[in-house]
Amino acid sequence: MAETLLSIRGLTKRFGGLLASDRIDLDVVLGETHAIIGPNGAGKTTLIGQLAGDLWPDAGAIRFGDHDVTRLDAPHRARHGLARSFQVTSVFRDFSALDNVALAVQAHRGSSFRFWRPARADATLRDPARAALQSVGLEARAEVRAANLAHGEQRQLEIAMALATEPSLLLLDEPVAGMGLEESQRMVRFLSTLKRRITIVLVEHDMDAVFTLADRISVMVYGRIIATGTPPEIRGNDEVRRAYLGEDQV
Amino acid sequence: MAPSRRTLVLAAGGVALALVPPIAALTNQPFYLDLFRRMMIFAIAAVSLDLILGYGGMVSFGHAAYLGIGAYAVGIPAYHGLQNGWLQWGLAIAASALIALVIGAISLRTSGVSFIMITLAFAQMLYYLGISLETYGGDNGMRLAARSRFGGIVDLRDPAVFYYVVLAILVLFLALGSRLVESRFGMAVRAAKSNEARARAIGFSPLPYKLTAFVIAGGGGGLAGALLANQTEYLTPDFMHWTRSGEIMFMVILGGMGTLFGPVIGAVALLLLEDVLSALTAHWQIILGPILVLVVLFAKRGLFGLLVGETRDG
Repeated sequence: MAETLLSIRGLTKRFGGLLASDRIDLDVVLGETHAIIGPNGAGKTTLIGQLAGDLWPDAGAIRFGDHDVTRLDAPHRARHGLARSFQVTSVFRDFSALDNVALAVQAHRGSSFRFWRPARADATLRDPARAALQSVGLEARAEVRAANLAHGEQRQLEIAMALATEPSLLLLDEPVAGMGLEESQRMVRFLSTLKRRITIVLVEHDMDAVFTLADRISVMVYGRIIATGTPPEIRGNDEVRRAYLGEDQV
Repeated sequence: MAPSRRTLVLAAGGVALALVPPIAALTNQPFYLDLFRRMMIFAIAAVSLDLILGYGGMVSFGHAAYLGIGAYAVGIPAYHGLQNGWLQWGLAIAASALIALVIGAISLRTSGVSFIMITLAFAQMLYYLGISLETYGGDNGMRLAARSRFGGIVDLRDPAVFYYVVLAILVLFLALGSRLVESRFGMAVRAAKSNEARARAIGFSPLPYKLTAFVIAGGGGGLAGALLANQTEYLTPDFMHWTRSGEIMFMVILGGMGTLFGPVIGAVALLLLEDVLSALTAHWQIILGPILVLVVLFAKRGLFGLLVGETRDG
């Protein structure tokens, strides 16, 4: 069995009376693409928030690589190699696409307590940033302000920013949400080129994307993971069909 | 082309400021020397506020506190017979940077309205502290016995010499500021302003960067305060009053937030308007108000944006 990169044990998060995470156990294996699916309100976003370090769990532990990151905040987790995209696109809108990615490189390379040299002339930031833009196919748009990029391009930019930090784990929160068919197919094709090279945790509603990309799928309902398995196993799981896939899928 | 127009505007501004003393001497209007020196001193304060307000999104409503600290750092040693300018001005920068460190360490844990209110509250505390300093004039303030002394080289008693010292400090401050906002440090602060959640997600912990910027801005405000005490040869707790903080903020907004050079134009414009309008009517603020509203509504990057075109990003 392969090495576990991310290990979640007994993760519990309560919002008042609502149990958003109910003793979640989950292992993400190095190199796999692990999708988390579930109906709205199942607690997927809460789980992602706890993985990224935006939310503290009430109980339980998260191990990432060799570290217990349960009490680390988001910037520290990012520096340990955990990168993410947001459900609602989140970029530095006033900065060029290249600036956006260069900032991500900067956040990971040495200190930012450097007050003199112009950051935009720094090849150690700009070159890797250009390479990351190229890898998502945005190199021609490098000098465009992020706010002026099309929605799909902004999502690509987010991925480029994540990749520029050379992460070992990529958390993708609905990467194809709000995209047209063609755009989302392009994104899925791109993400499939990342598979294996990088471990991915994918939260997504688009079942085509999930079943194309995922090596394993975990199904969340009411804050609990009710099943984890390969795509065929999940398709064939009666409980999952009843709880979730039943209505319009499969 | 925007860059050349920008360079042109900056060069014209620099030349104009450098020409004030000879013109004032030729026309025999020493008052203008005094007025423009005052403008440049407030410009230094406004530029330092722009570092955190325009580039860091930190709406500090207590920037006048550092003016006051800087002024008292000149006034108190002078009262006790210490007139060495290096000591006074060094103390002004160090003391205001230290106070900024304390205020920032507390206020930067909050954001939005809470941040505004905490910075305002600290400035008002210092204002009342100034009033309670009976030895140093209490709420009446006190006269500065003599301007700061720098040995034989620079004599601030000469109005033109003092003018060029202030101009040199302003130019130096702008030059350092332009490097700062384009450096890695500056980019980290600006990233946190642009989108804090994103900045955190890529691995920036914004607080240390913001706090450092806050301290630098405090030090700049303190230096402006030391200059202001020398300018007026008088210091009072009024330097720290919240309306003064508002005035500095107006200068930044009027000139253009996040433009660094804009606040200089803002300081010149505001004090000029104040001068011209107050000669027309005692209720000059009734005219000033709508002008500010118009600028905020229609000039996104302030007067500087109007002059150089609104093309710059980040």
